[in-house]
Amino acid sequence: MNDEPLILAFCCHYCAYAAADLAGSMRLQYPGNVRVLRLPCTSKLEVNYMLAAFERGVDGVIVAGCLEGGCHFLEGNLRARRRVERTRQLLAEIGLEPERIEMFNLSSAEGTRFAEIATTMVDRVKRLGRSPLRPGQDRIEQEVMEIGRQAEAMLAEDKR
Amino acid sequence: MIVADRKKIPEICGMIENHRRVLLVGCGTCVTVCLAGGEREVGILGSALRMALRLRNQGDVSVDECTIERQCEDAFIDILAQRVPEYDAICSLGCGAGVQALAERFPKVPVYPGLNTQFMGILESQGVWTEKCSGCGNCRLGEFAGICPITRCAKRLFNGPCGGSRDGKCEVHPDLGCGWQLIHDRAAGLGILDRFERIVPPHDWSTGLDGGPRKVVREDQCIADLCSRA
Ligand code: SF4
Ligand code: SF4
Repeated sequence: MNDEPLILAFCCHYCAYAAADLAGSMRLQYPGNVRVLRLPCTSKLEVNYMLAAFERGVDGVIVAGCLEGGCHFLEGNLRARRRVERTRQLLAEIGLEPERIEMFNLSSAEGTRFAEIATTMVDRVKRLGRSPLRPGQDRIEQEVMEIGRQAEAMLAEDKR
Repeated sequence: MIVADRKKIPEICGMIENHRRVLLVGCGTCVTVCLAGGEREVGILGSALRMALRLRNQGDVSVDECTIERQCEDAFIDILAQRVPEYDAICSLGCGAGVQALAERFPKVPVYPGLNTQFMGILESQGVWTEKCSGCGNCRLGEFAGICPITRCAKRLFNGPCGGSRDGKCEVHPDLGCGWQLIHDRAAGLGILDRFERIVPPHDWSTGLDGGPRKVVREDQCIADLCSRA
């Protein structure tokens, strides 16, 4: 799977994460290149977390939140959308393709749509090619694990 | 508050690319409030610069981050002083005063501005700041119903309006309220319109930039000798 792109999906607990789970229960096929990270709400996502993912070398980032108007925290997903937009502007300044990150909205019942989103982003990132910042295969898996650990720590801190 | 915004990444890369170890220094005061140069923005810029430098094959330039409480005060720079010898350049995310304070303190280290310092202003709404004062050193707000003609009239007129005002907007930009319309409306509300019947004499600009760099001294607060510091 050496040439396969690696995509990190920041998923809101209330929709995309449940949808990903549903996709699994429905036995839907979607590319194995997507690593899912659960957030309490997409508005938890700051610009620096998205940049950190690219800095560690992931090839693409999916931000998936509830349907607009359907946010558990009223407008968390709208805030996230603006931050994703700012991240895209920064990527353009940095010299990375802004298309490597996109925000999607879906409901927890949309397992099929989650699979579609994953496929769309994997196809797109394959077209763009691997991120020039990507380290070797073992390293990138480690880096993604590290992002996961940091996210867990962040969530634990929130619960306190 | 002093309002600033970030320079574009390629410009900052261009300034630091010939150095080996660069320290990004944020400031915890005004520029944190206007979301340009506080700890979070330093983190974002650090990450962005490291990526941009690697993409230019300059990944060997290391970029570290730190933020101090106030860059414009020497006492706070003390915290930085121990770290600075490890670096061969500093990129400041403070206002222009912060950049120059660091440059004065570290004469042998190049200090680059990461921000474009804009103006003194206020928060208009979340994420929007507007200019209110040009720091002319001789405040005339009392004569103009509390609205500054130097800052808010595009032509800095003291006896406006200029004739280019249309529907309350300045001819310079359709989104810009005419400073003189604002002055007029507020003065009318206060019932003091008659004061504009007299011609306002020219401003004494010697208290502004025209008099060279300015200095404020409070002798009652001075500790002997320290006051003579440039
Ligand atoms: S008159 Fe001078 S000090 Fe007063 S608000 Fe205008 S620029 Fe600032
Ligand atoms: S339109 Fe109003 S604000 Fe603009 S230059 Fe004329 S007087 Fe000044």
